[in-house]
Amino acid sequence: MDRFTTLTAVAAPMPAENIDTDQIIPARFLKTIQRSGLGKNAFAAQRYNDDGSENPDFVLNREPYRHAEILVTLDNFGCGSSREHAPWALLDFGIRCVIAPSFADIFFNNCFKNGILPIRLPREICEALMEDAALGSNARLTVDLQAQCIHRPDGSSVAFEVDGFRKHMLIEGLDDIGQTLQHETAIAGFERKRALEESWRPNIVMEDAS
Amino acid sequence: MARTLFDKIWDDHVVERLPDGTCILYIDRHLLHEVTSPQAFEGLRMSGRRLRRPDATVAVVDHNVPTSDRSLPIEEPESRLQIETLEKNVAEFGVPYFRLRSKDQGIVHVVGPEQGISLPGMTIVCGDSHTSTHGAMGALAFGIGTSEVEHVMATQTLLQKPARNMRITVSGQVGPGVTAKDIMLAIIGKIGTAGGTGHVMEFAGDAIRALDMAGRMTLCNMSIEAGARAGLIAPDETTFAYIEGRRFAPKGDDFEKACAYWRTLATDDDAVFDTEVTLDAASIQPSLTWGTSPEDVIGIDGVVPDPAGFSDPARARQVQRMLDYMGLEAGQKIAGTRIDVAFIGSCTNSRIEDLRSAAAIARGRHVAPGVRAMVVPGSGHVKAAAEAEGLDRIFVEAGFEWREAGCSMCLGMNPDRLTAGQRCASTSNRNFEGRQGPGGRTHLCSPAMAAAAAVSGCFVDVREMV
Repeated sequence: MDRFTTLTAVAAPMPAENIDTDQIIPARFLKTIQRSGLGKNAFAAQRYNDDGSENPDFVLNREPYRHAEILVTLDNFGCGSSREHAPWALLDFGIRCVIAPSFADIFFNNCFKNGILPIRLPREICEALMEDAALGSNARLTVDLQAQCIHRPDGSSVAFEVDGFRKHMLIEGLDDIGQTLQHETAIAGFERKRALEESWRPNIVMEDAS
Repeated sequence: MARTLFDKIWDDHVVERLPDGTCILYIDRHLLHEVTSPQAFEGLRMSGRRLRRPDATVAVVDHNVPTSDRSLPIEEPESRLQIETLEKNVAEFGVPYFRLRSKDQGIVHVVGPEQGISLPGMTIVCGDSHTSTHGAMGALAFGIGTSEVEHVMATQTLLQKPARNMRITVSGQVGPGVTAKDIMLAIIGKIGTAGGTGHVMEFAGDAIRALDMAGRMTLCNMSIEAGARAGLIAPDETTFAYIEGRRFAPKGDDFEKACAYWRTLATDDDAVFDTEVTLDAASIQPSLTWGTSPEDVIGIDGVVPDPAGFSDPARARQVQRMLDYMGLEAGQKIAGTRIDVAFIGSCTNSRIEDLRSAAAIARGRHVAPGVRAMVVPGSGHVKAAAEAEGLDRIFVEAGFEWREAGCSMCLGMNPDRLTAGQRCASTSNRNFEGRQGPGGRTHLCSPAMAAAAAVSGCFVDVREMV
């Protein structure tokens, strides 16, 4: 996973609530067995016309937002499915940070696993950042994860909260699994105690297991 | 200290609490399907890690599978590749697997409880948001992304912080023709799709206790549509009677021991919830959605809202956009709105009880001209049970298609899709734009309401047909 430290980039405004995972990446594009390559179909329904041509009205089809690395949007972004294809699609498009008043839980969690920083800020601040974003390439935002603040084009800055553990993992670009496996002794101990004290707990054993 | 059902399950699974409060949470059951697992298996392979507990893992194909003749090869090459990839992976890692052409195959959230794999007090995860379904067993069950799927494969744990506790109490009893689906739509309509964010939602009250297991699964299934991390219902005698004798459930003495433990799980009387919501069951009507979010709920005697009635201009614009997408007029009565397709199926409503409820409406009637109606059982066992009861004949004689088990038109990953502009009475869980096919218009409702719409050609009050 790529580290996330500081990001200075164009931010695309998406002033809508409840942008769901089916909008971010429709189910018909989930038939891949890889993580990469989903960016071209991110927001497919809004981004492309029926004949496959680009919808010029959609924000990510316009300059400079084609190169956006930050999305600023409204409440409950990423609601719906658990598909990690949603953050994969955003990442493959180039998005490294999403700013919104609120996120759906699973999507929020999935972002961190892929080096994307989701930032929760009050709605009025998101609306102000969206106005910044509307200024285009002259109005890049700088997201400083270490300092937990966003520098706006007018020189002011906005502080944000982030879970300490997740911040650490993002800044170091660490793999969760490696971290957890350092607790192998505790996990094995838990399993032994379970087996001893709660032997009624069934395992799944199939005669014709593959 | 008094604890909730969620607190008790959580506490019983904490392997270690890290200094910042993050917990290493032990996972009892890991369910896999073909769409969200291939990248996780690949990750395991690349890092040279083993699957820690094949005996706590089970796999099934559901999202991509055709629901037509199973003796034919799978036509869509990408779907076939995902299914073949899962088959290769389960063979390599020794994962118990329900094969496509086995009666055990079905939608993962139907199969888990049906096989006695999902049990009270467990932690259950799957790379699918509707894993919340298994909360009906009194298990802490939630959807995870593929990175976490790989994490569970390698460690049998997840890194988590506890959720907040929410209780939804539905008091009294529902009227005739009102189902678990209507109760859940009413709840989502009341609290909104972000109403449960950050919470685990326990359902309580007389109306919930009166539900059978299928109804409880419908409720917990859609707790994710209310934004909750998981839904929960305390296990009781209804739960134990459902579990006893199922294939992977504890047997004999072990079952008694298990029940004794399960009886301790119910929320303590004096436990405090962070958020409480109450509903009066008697006020709930047969309901359906009008918009493109599951919170856009109205009763069958309701009218489509007018954007002009919303003071927030952003909300008014959104409502107008939804009406345009859905092809509806502000103020239009929802009853009488014509449909093109009726879909009875999905992890929300494809159990035998759901099919009985739809068949009771279909019996002796016929699908309206111009309407396509399909019934997709949740598993091979549900299909066989329905056929043993003669439900398949009722459906077929009424002009419904009787299909093989799978996720089907809930999300249109297989060939079962709406075409642009088609209006569907659907027993599934999401009415998002394009969910059932690009341009498709989804109205979520109960199996009885969908069957009633199929035979009437338009939405009608199911209470007039029973």
